[in-house]
Amino acid sequence: MQQIINFVIRNKIVLLFLLLFGISLALTIQSHSYHKSKFISSANFFTGGIYKRAHGIGQYFNLKTENEQLVEENVRLKTLLYNSQIADTTQEFQKDTSFYGGVFRFIPAKVYKNSYSATKNYLMLNRGERDGVKQDFGVVTSQGIVGIIENTSNKYATVLSILNTKSKINAQLKNSNHIGSLVWNTKSYELVQLTDISKFAPVAVGDTIITGGQSTIFPKGVPIGTIDSFTTDISGDTYTIDVKLFNDMTNIGHVYIIENTDAEEIKTLEQSVDE
Amino acid sequence: MNNSNVNIIIQFVSLLLVQVLVLNHVNFLEYINPYPYILFILLFPVRANRSLIIFLSFLLGLLVDIFSDSGGIHAAACVTLAFIRPAILKFSFGMIYEYQSIKFSQTEFGRRLVYFSIGTVIHHFMMFSLEVFNISKIILVLQKTLFSSIFTIILSLLITVLFSRKRR
Repeated sequence: MQQIINFVIRNKIVLLFLLLFGISLALTIQSHSYHKSKFISSANFFTGGIYKRAHGIGQYFNLKTENEQLVEENVRLKTLLYNSQIADTTQEFQKDTSFYGGVFRFIPAKVYKNSYSATKNYLMLNRGERDGVKQDFGVVTSQGIVGIIENTSNKYATVLSILNTKSKINAQLKNSNHIGSLVWNTKSYELVQLTDISKFAPVAVGDTIITGGQSTIFPKGVPIGTIDSFTTDISGDTYTIDVKLFNDMTNIGHVYIIENTDAEEIKTLEQSVDE
Repeated sequence: MNNSNVNIIIQFVSLLLVQVLVLNHVNFLEYINPYPYILFILLFPVRANRSLIIFLSFLLGLLVDIFSDSGGIHAAACVTLAFIRPAILKFSFGMIYEYQSIKFSQTEFGRRLVYFSIGTVIHHFMMFSLEVFNISKIILVLQKTLFSSIFTIILSLLITVLFSRKRR
């Protein structure tokens, strides 16, 4: 016993180092899997409060571009409204909720923190559980998708950006129904990759990519970007497509959180099918 | 003694806030960010308790992690840096370190540069390899380490020059 205690005292610095290093390593590994990075997240009252203060100062510098974006969106929505007889326009949200059977609720939010230089990027929003925001809600801007809510606290929420190696979003070509999943290879913040598109799909540079209706997170038809270039897989069965995002991910001010009020029902149905 | 404790607390808080509110958002050429908050670890009094500095480094790294949603990568890198700091000090300052406590403001510029560079590169390499966490992307890790280190070293030297008290 005496020897054990002596050993601990003699090597206490090494042991302390190993302990703390082990803790941080565990936290790192845990943060690699979605749904598990609970402890280390900026959606808490302490960091949230500080980011809120900083945002209060910083937002004045972006007012001009923010206003321009809002005016642009207003113009587009007005065009939609007054041309609703011929509303089958090609560039807009296909709000085909009758097809999907879901009802989508939009919550406006402000971005307090945005990052795009790491390999795992997160945003932080000023909405939380008290505004009805929960995990797995989608986040979009007027131009296109941004990400998925990962952690929430009472007042704040963190968003898993599409510029994150953990992110995997169901997407499809606009002019056909070939679906694939959207991932990011960390090379550029303007390009994301659409993988697993069948080789029979009509792929052409400049085509539009939209979200697919397969997940309960996003409505079908939210714009993502255009095809920048594409290559066939090594096996030759699927395309890997570089998608140029509509969103400028470096400059995001206002976003909309999308809640699918039927998500629970769809999930329980899918589970009962699995069993 | 009390005065130096207050100094350390002020350094801790100010470096943390500057890092998370300003320097994390520099994004020079898309992905290059400086991380001069490690100055806290590098400039910690040499004769202080070793367990204390390891623990404080862990805390600092963890706080930066919480602010930037990065799991535990900063904490791991900071703890490593604090743990091997005596070896770096010995290597870069040689005999002076062995016999008397160093005042960083009184050391030669060249030796300080060597000390900062080794510390920064070790910290950054540790941090970026944990961030990318993929052995096949080692080039990306090295690239990030190189560019961010250059940025961090320059900023750190500037900060120490700016805030050093001239009492000679």
